[in-house]
Amino acid sequence: MAFMLTVNGVAREMDVDADTPLLWALRDTLNLTGTKFGCGVAACGACTVHLDGVAVRSCQATVEDATGSEVTTIEGLSGPEAEAVQGAWRDLNVVQCGYCQSGQIMQAVSLLKENPSPTDAEIQEEMNGNLCRCATYSRVGAAVRDAADRLA
Amino acid sequence: MTLQTSRREFLQGAATAGLVIGLSPSGAFAATPAQELSPNPFVTIGEDGTVTVILKHFEMGQGTSTGLTTLVAEELDADWDAVEIAFAPADASRYVNTAFGAQGTGGSTAIANSFVQYRQAGAAARDLLVRAAAAEWSVPAEEIIIENSVLKHASGKESGFGPMTGRAATLTVAEELKLKDPSEFKLIGRETLARKDNLAKTTGAADFAIDIRRPNMLTVVVARAPMFGGKPTSVNDEAALATRGVEAVRVLPEGVAVYATDTWSAMKGREALEVEWDLSAAETRSSAQILEDTRALLEQDGQTARKDGDGAAALAGAAKTVEADFLFPFLAHSPMEPLNCVIERTADGGVEIWDGCQFPSLAQPTVAAVMGVDPAQVKINTVWAGGSFGRRANPTSDYHAEAALALKMLEGSALEGRPVHLVWTREDDVRGGYYRPAYAHRVRAGVDADGHPVAWDQRQSGKSILIGTFFEEMLVQDGVDGTSVEGASTLPYAVPNLEVSIRNTETPIKVLWWRAVGHTHTAYSTEVIMDMLAEAANADPVEYRLSLLGDHPRHAGVLKLAAEKAGWNEPLPEGRGRGVAVHESFSSFVATVVEVSTNEDGAVKIERVVTAVDCGLAINPDVIKAQLEGGTGFGLGSVMRNQITLTDGEVDQTNFWDYEPLRLSDMPPVEVHIVPSAEAPTGVGEPGTPPAGPALANAIYAATGKRAFTLPMTESGIEFA
Repeated sequence: MAFMLTVNGVAREMDVDADTPLLWALRDTLNLTGTKFGCGVAACGACTVHLDGVAVRSCQATVEDATGSEVTTIEGLSGPEAEAVQGAWRDLNVVQCGYCQSGQIMQAVSLLKENPSPTDAEIQEEMNGNLCRCATYSRVGAAVRDAADRLA
Repeated sequence: MTLQTSRREFLQGAATAGLVIGLSPSGAFAATPAQELSPNPFVTIGEDGTVTVILKHFEMGQGTSTGLTTLVAEELDADWDAVEIAFAPADASRYVNTAFGAQGTGGSTAIANSFVQYRQAGAAARDLLVRAAAAEWSVPAEEIIIENSVLKHASGKESGFGPMTGRAATLTVAEELKLKDPSEFKLIGRETLARKDNLAKTTGAADFAIDIRRPNMLTVVVARAPMFGGKPTSVNDEAALATRGVEAVRVLPEGVAVYATDTWSAMKGREALEVEWDLSAAETRSSAQILEDTRALLEQDGQTARKDGDGAAALAGAAKTVEADFLFPFLAHSPMEPLNCVIERTADGGVEIWDGCQFPSLAQPTVAAVMGVDPAQVKINTVWAGGSFGRRANPTSDYHAEAALALKMLEGSALEGRPVHLVWTREDDVRGGYYRPAYAHRVRAGVDADGHPVAWDQRQSGKSILIGTFFEEMLVQDGVDGTSVEGASTLPYAVPNLEVSIRNTETPIKVLWWRAVGHTHTAYSTEVIMDMLAEAANADPVEYRLSLLGDHPRHAGVLKLAAEKAGWNEPLPEGRGRGVAVHESFSSFVATVVEVSTNEDGAVKIERVVTAVDCGLAINPDVIKAQLEGGTGFGLGSVMRNQITLTDGEVDQTNFWDYEPLRLSDMPPVEVHIVPSAEAPTGVGEPGTPPAGPALANAIYAATGKRAFTLPMTESGIEFA
């Protein structure tokens, strides 16, 4: 079936099955590989993208679900929250292997867009679905806090 | 600090654009013009002055891309932010890990084996550039300094590296290179240096193997037997081939490969396969039975790994004894990037692969053998690896071999010539074996009337990682695989009668080294037993250990530092407890103090962790801290709740929801303290993991009176808040 998606502000047409997860449409059809495959069952958050500015697991949203929404991936991320988050991530040397970090950053930006001054408990709750096997969590938490401070 | 500053012969290249400092086939550094493409340099300097450091170690997050680059940039006084990096090709003649004699990363050796070599590479480039500038400016070379990649002379003359590369390439590198005195270090030891992979990994630009896209590439997923040791006997691929996007199905020796135009189609095609398996040689036991069988072996004599004195007699004469059986489960590595690699035929009859390649000296000959080509015809493009924890280095190079087989199976078909991307799903990873082996330990130890330990008998059983691989001949002696007993056989405490023995088990379940290898279980049993001995001796656990570490000042050093920083002697409120463990692995020393609280239901929460590490000279303190933080989290998560179990031969776990790594809410604050040291640097990728588990176990005992002898701790009745 033909679908028309708006991805990072650009209309993209694709011919895929309706049940195709957005994750695979992004990675394999549109070659936007910054969004990662980690588990396929919404248990790790590596595939997190924004639908209309809100973080979702792209392995669970189908192409059909995403039609009519603005899809934003790490490649198209911009704005003050993104700058603050990515800047904090770099200044705190958060990354290790880096594979989960696109998803972590997408989740963090979504969090700060909705809640510019989260409590530590809110940060923990919002970021808890994003697994990091390198266990960079202390720095993830600190970087979200730092990004919030930059936006304040 | 010992520096190997042996004389080296440096070769000379003709004057053209750019400068390349590399290791010549004879092992000497060579300067050759970039245009001549000396194929395997450590450092290149382009006409535009761009310094590129070529990394012989892959980057799985442990920080080598920052660490090796620091060593070159330090000696070259290069502008840190402007130095670029590239991963080395497969060529063990130049990129050998001197700790192994092969090209590969592991055993926390990257910095240790590169420390002098990469500094010399930077110093060689510096020597040539400085003397080129001296000739250009007609001033003495000794009067030229370099600051942030700018050559400077007091006369006011200045130049970037670029304009000097042509003349530099005409010079012969000095026979003796002067390396900086540590007092001159500007980058080595700097508290915070921006990681070299920061930008690429925060923008989505970093390409991992799973992100490689080649023209006409087919994605392959493989259906594997439901039990270890099973093989396919017949396949009905009708429905799979009817799945949109599926191009082919091929039967491999241990699985059935589905080829499709994209990953989702390949996964759907695999779902539609009907495969009959021959399970006659498969493991059909449940893990509970495997562990019971492994434990039963402890009754039998084993192979002796260490024997000091007469343990049996000393135990019989001990005033008090402690004894425990420990059970350790199988564990999956589960790096965030599932296993995968891209492989294609090249026009000249060779093969090219893209992989987060941990061990080119294993992958290259393995792929060559499958494809029937010379190893030199296998070109490996190493890309960022999304974690490994040991999984991407395997004596069998299993996923490289599988990818090569999948490529080879297309020969003679209409699909021949199309690149293949083999992708494992998370389920494939969790259920796919190559686990940290399950182990049983029985430790009996005794103290005399004064509380001094007089006897320690450590009996272990489990599957050897190295027996049956080509490492066996080199590394297994008299049936003792050192990786099964390391940490126990190297027990540092003064115990006059000490015996460590191993019984090797057989199972078709494939096993592999897992972050810190044998230390992941030996640190646990030895440090829990030490806690029990201290209790038997009515001694403080820190003081007791210190009293037995007289010959091991670096163990004692980290232990004292961690205890001091953790406020070990400060009283804790009711319901809280502290535990300590100290362990050496891979020549680095780590002590960890864990503090836990319990709630009204008795559930445990890890409140705080303090670690101290002695890894010799600290090259990148912030990378060291990050590895200790992450290594601690990795160790804590696994002992808390991770296990791979089997029911009648089938793995029970499937994905991250039932094999759940540590999450942010589980992560305690981890303070890392680095012991100042001038010793040669050692690794930090693994050593943070071993002491985390026993320190937690000892803290839980202090808070609740419960000892966790069976791991994960949830199997010992420990609940976590």
